[in-house]
Amino acid sequence: MPVNQTSPPASALIRIAQLHKSYRLVDANGKTIENPVLQNINLNIAQGEFVAIMGHSGSGKSTLMNILGCLDTPTNGGYWLEDQNVAMLSNDALAKLRNRYIGFVFQGFNLLKRMTALDNVAAPLLYAGENRANSRKKALEQLRRTGLEKFAMHHPNQLSGGQQQRVAISRALINQPPLILADEPTGNLDSQTSKEIMTLFEQLNRERSITIVLVTHENDIAAYARRLIQIKDGSIVYDGGHALESTHNPVV
Amino acid sequence: MRALRMNRLRTGLTMLGMIIGVAAVVLMLSIGQGAQTKINQSIETMGSNLFIVLPGATSSGGLSFGSGSVKTLTVSDAGAIAELPSINATGPVISGTAQLNFGAKNWSTSITGTTPDYFMVGNWTIEDGTIFSESDVRSAARVAVLGSVTAENLFDTVNPVGKTIRITNRPFQIVGVLAAKGQSLSGRDQDDNVFIPITTSERQITGNQFPGSIRYMLVQAKSPEMMDEAEIEITQLLRQRHRISDGMENDFTVRNLTAIADVATDTAKILSIVLGAIASISLLVGGIGIMNIMLVSVTERTREIGIRMAIGANRRAILIQFLLEAIMICFMGGMIGVILGIGGAWIISQVVDMLVVITLSMVLLSFLFASAVGIFFGFYPARKAASLKPVDALRYE
Repeated sequence: MPVNQTSPPASALIRIAQLHKSYRLVDANGKTIENPVLQNINLNIAQGEFVAIMGHSGSGKSTLMNILGCLDTPTNGGYWLEDQNVAMLSNDALAKLRNRYIGFVFQGFNLLKRMTALDNVAAPLLYAGENRANSRKKALEQLRRTGLEKFAMHHPNQLSGGQQQRVAISRALINQPPLILADEPTGNLDSQTSKEIMTLFEQLNRERSITIVLVTHENDIAAYARRLIQIKDGSIVYDGGHALESTHNPVV
Repeated sequence: MRALRMNRLRTGLTMLGMIIGVAAVVLMLSIGQGAQTKINQSIETMGSNLFIVLPGATSSGGLSFGSGSVKTLTVSDAGAIAELPSINATGPVISGTAQLNFGAKNWSTSITGTTPDYFMVGNWTIEDGTIFSESDVRSAARVAVLGSVTAENLFDTVNPVGKTIRITNRPFQIVGVLAAKGQSLSGRDQDDNVFIPITTSERQITGNQFPGSIRYMLVQAKSPEMMDEAEIEITQLLRQRHRISDGMENDFTVRNLTAIADVATDTAKILSIVLGAIASISLLVGGIGIMNIMLVSVTERTREIGIRMAIGANRRAILIQFLLEAIMICFMGGMIGVILGIGGAWIISQVVDMLVVITLSMVLLSFLFASAVGIFFGFYPARKAASLKPVDALRYE
């Protein structure tokens, strides 16, 4: 299988070199043991790519996703996001990075339950230092673009799964980040809604050249991506073009 | 804020701890302040730099008779003391009780025979008319000055000055009415009294077993700094005049009233502090309640914290969010507590007839204290929330 080992282009959005991640566990005898989750990951993702990361549960793909999202830090190795060495950044700088450069879309939507859809979408703007009135105005525009304008004042529990996920995508887009990380975004949705959500991602990638990194274990969802990375036991075992290039007619 | 509204019952109960704490502090401080004010008022009416000199404290064959048991002080003692360099004036007093009549009305009250200096020494002010003069004393004139309570009871709305009343059936002309003074430190009503010249009293009203002897005298020193000096001078002079040889006990007692007043003031201050400290404990308990609830809230909202961190909240933002919630609880609780405390103080003042004093600084103090408690006890849970790792917080179910 071809494994992409070429040196990263300097302009790559994401550069990962020899990344290791392990968790410390205490075994039955009280001894500390290192439990490796990711080993020697080398990965470059350029601006505008649409990448699917696949793997079984426990393969390390979620850990990789957390590291990509600056939610977790690698044990060893380097990760550069927009040429910033993430390992060198303070907690506050990481928060800023997440706020400006990364939009998150989760399997469980992860909307703030107590807030309206509008306030959910506006929240990242507030953390970016925008004032409340402007944030709400921009959030409403964003919801309009995603076709959710009339649900602006609804709370998440008043929305369907598909609507919640689109609110979450609106929230991910509000600061116009170059990168969207989607962790099993269709895992809680029916196939029709999944298709709509994936079409939305595809459109964002194509029309606004937003880099999308998607974690999934479903082939038909991965088929929307143009590049496929497979992870097994903490290592990348495949990195290359998708077997079926046609993203418009995904085959199950 | 939204989180507070969502959990109304819990927020309300947490706030209750604050409300009770702040209300207790306000209430206790106002009671303490009330006691202090009351004592200060009594002291102000008493006059400053005062001694009271009482006859007696003699013993006969090892048996002590206590102060005032023997009539050893005289009017001329008072006159001699008044001449001392450290002394401003003296007011000798003989007293008794008498029946007063005006028309159909009668009133039984205490009668004080004294000299004009007494009014100055005792810090009396005249409300109407004038006090009697030295010549009234010399001529044992039948003139009287009424205390405000006595005047009110005998005359109601009529102006007493110039009227003639009968004291134990002898006619006296009212020359003046004194302004009200209120209660003395010992709780006696100082305004239910009638004052007549000491000579008149001795010869016509109270009578006297030993002519010229007095019940007590008030002595005023010239300044607070001269109090010690004055006490020595009075003692020396009286021992000399009474021919008490060295080694014999005094047949009189000199009491520093100002020192007694200072003790009373100190006692009230300590009362205030103790009451405030006790109330503060309930505020502290309220604060611990807040910490407890905030810790539960942080645990419950771990996932929310994770989401907020993922979308760009830094630690400071999370810290401030939780700290603000704690402060909000304290602030609102403090506000309600202050209102309840003031209301409670008012009710107490109405029901038990106790003087309570509420000052702005007292309200601000308890309010500040409540906010400080909020910050102090809110900080730990807020820091705990802020120091969560984003990945762990997000994974929390």
